[in-house]
Amino acid sequence: MKYVQGKYPIIAKTTLAREVYDFTVCCPKIARAAEPGQFVTIAADGFPLRRPVSLCGIDKENGTIRLVFEVRGKGTKEISGLREGDMIDIIAPLGRGFRLKDYKTAILVGGGIGTPPMVPLAKIYGENCVAISGFRSAPNVILQEDFKATGAKTVLCTDDGTMGRKGFVTEALREEIEIKKPDIIFACGPSPMIKGVVDIAKEHGIPSQISLEERMGCGIGACLVCACRTVRNGEEFYAHVCQDGPVFESKDVIF
Amino acid sequence: MADMRVNIAGVEFKNPVITASGTFGYGREYEHFFPLSKLGGISTKGTTAEKRNGNLAPRIAETPSGILNSVGLQNPGIDKFIKVELPNLKSKGTVIIANIAGFSVDEYVKICEKLDATNVDMIEINISCPNVKHGGAAFGTSCQSAAEVTKAVRAATKKPIIIKLSPNVTDITEIAKAVEAEGADAVSLINTLLGMRIDINSRRPILKNNVGGLSGAAVFPVALRMVWQTANAVKIPVIGMGGISTWEDGIEMMLAGASAIQVGAALFKNPFAAVEIIDGMNAYLDRKGIKSVNEIVKKVQPW
Repeated sequence: MKYVQGKYPIIAKTTLAREVYDFTVCCPKIARAAEPGQFVTIAADGFPLRRPVSLCGIDKENGTIRLVFEVRGKGTKEISGLREGDMIDIIAPLGRGFRLKDYKTAILVGGGIGTPPMVPLAKIYGENCVAISGFRSAPNVILQEDFKATGAKTVLCTDDGTMGRKGFVTEALREEIEIKKPDIIFACGPSPMIKGVVDIAKEHGIPSQISLEERMGCGIGACLVCACRTVRNGEEFYAHVCQDGPVFESKDVIF
Repeated sequence: MADMRVNIAGVEFKNPVITASGTFGYGREYEHFFPLSKLGGISTKGTTAEKRNGNLAPRIAETPSGILNSVGLQNPGIDKFIKVELPNLKSKGTVIIANIAGFSVDEYVKICEKLDATNVDMIEINISCPNVKHGGAAFGTSCQSAAEVTKAVRAATKKPIIIKLSPNVTDITEIAKAVEAEGADAVSLINTLLGMRIDINSRRPILKNNVGGLSGAAVFPVALRMVWQTANAVKIPVIGMGGISTWEDGIEMMLAGASAIQVGAALFKNPFAAVEIIDGMNAYLDRKGIKSVNEIVKKVQPW
């Protein structure tokens, strides 16, 4: 199935941290088709553009998806006002997700609100992965119980050391690679973090896939605004985050 | 059911609603939502002689009721359009308008000559793209250069030619008259209004191109006014666009003088906007007992 647009009920809403919300949405068709790394776009009442949000959970049996997002501006604030029982207008599933190929072991690196798309990967890899998460400070920490429940080894970093270890995810990544070199590294987070992760992966000759963010228009590949510089067939090509991504092989991306 | 058919420069459209260039790609993405045959027509992504990557991202910024974009004509080039996209589009049962842009008069001519040998229905000449440094808008902001491009493309093709006009001018009716005099079959307006937004924390413009084109509901009253003025200044058909988001907007635009309309930015929030506008306009005509959509064109009664 390709993407569809529709209004679906929010069956659960919780707050994970200050201004970070967790919606469970009942949409069986979308849940059946969705893959880790894909995203949805949410219509915000009164705003001309939809807001892209990555999939934090895909429950094919119960026909639900989980959307974890942070209030970044007025549009996401509006969406955060939706309540349990309300209908949410989404287009999904969108984009290309993570390519698992035959990778047996993985390190997942999530920074801040880039952490949610790592949860579905942890569910797949379980004890065969290490989930490294980084946040600014203890009040920002989210999803650690979800990672633990998958059987993954979890490593938590905060910039100020108020929870977990003090420091950046890149230091933790180096240590985990020393302990056991993974087949693949998956990452999502702020651009400096992504760049740091990709450099380390390259040093160690480990392939990496990164989930990128860019301001979007249509979300389906028609308007071409969300350009990402890549190399395709040896030539520079501006790919589009909504259609060619959001997950890219980092070797293809020009930083 | 009212008769929704309109005829622009000898080309029959099953209804007056066309998806606007730059918002609809080459149709492939929206086809997952609805059959393209529902549309009156499709104006394709602005295509140039050679392939282009366009400007650096960010290329979009949200504004109150609007959108700024600075894509900069990213496209695969006219040869690939003709070989890959046009045959696919022509199989969809709707009017196909090739929107093209150039950086010199010669480039417009070269592209038109290539399209002349195809089965494309019409050519929309973009002389108003605000997002490229040379060419594009430069041709659309003076009567002389607009006339020069029109004359050259007129000589290069027998296909019906629509000249897409820029609103970033002192008097759009003068440009419209200039292109009409050189043989344009129709004009379409408005392209986007040049605009800007700044991130107050970084003190940087949100768009990497610094400035970009404003579209969406915010520009609708400006577009409506320009369509009305232009429809009163020229005899050729006017295709109205700029912020049309609802069927009511479509009716207004046709009352102002548009013989057909284009829908663009509204699709981003509601992918069904164009088809809902067709249905809504049709229902309005039925309620009013109007038999043909052509009967409302330019029927505003000014004070």
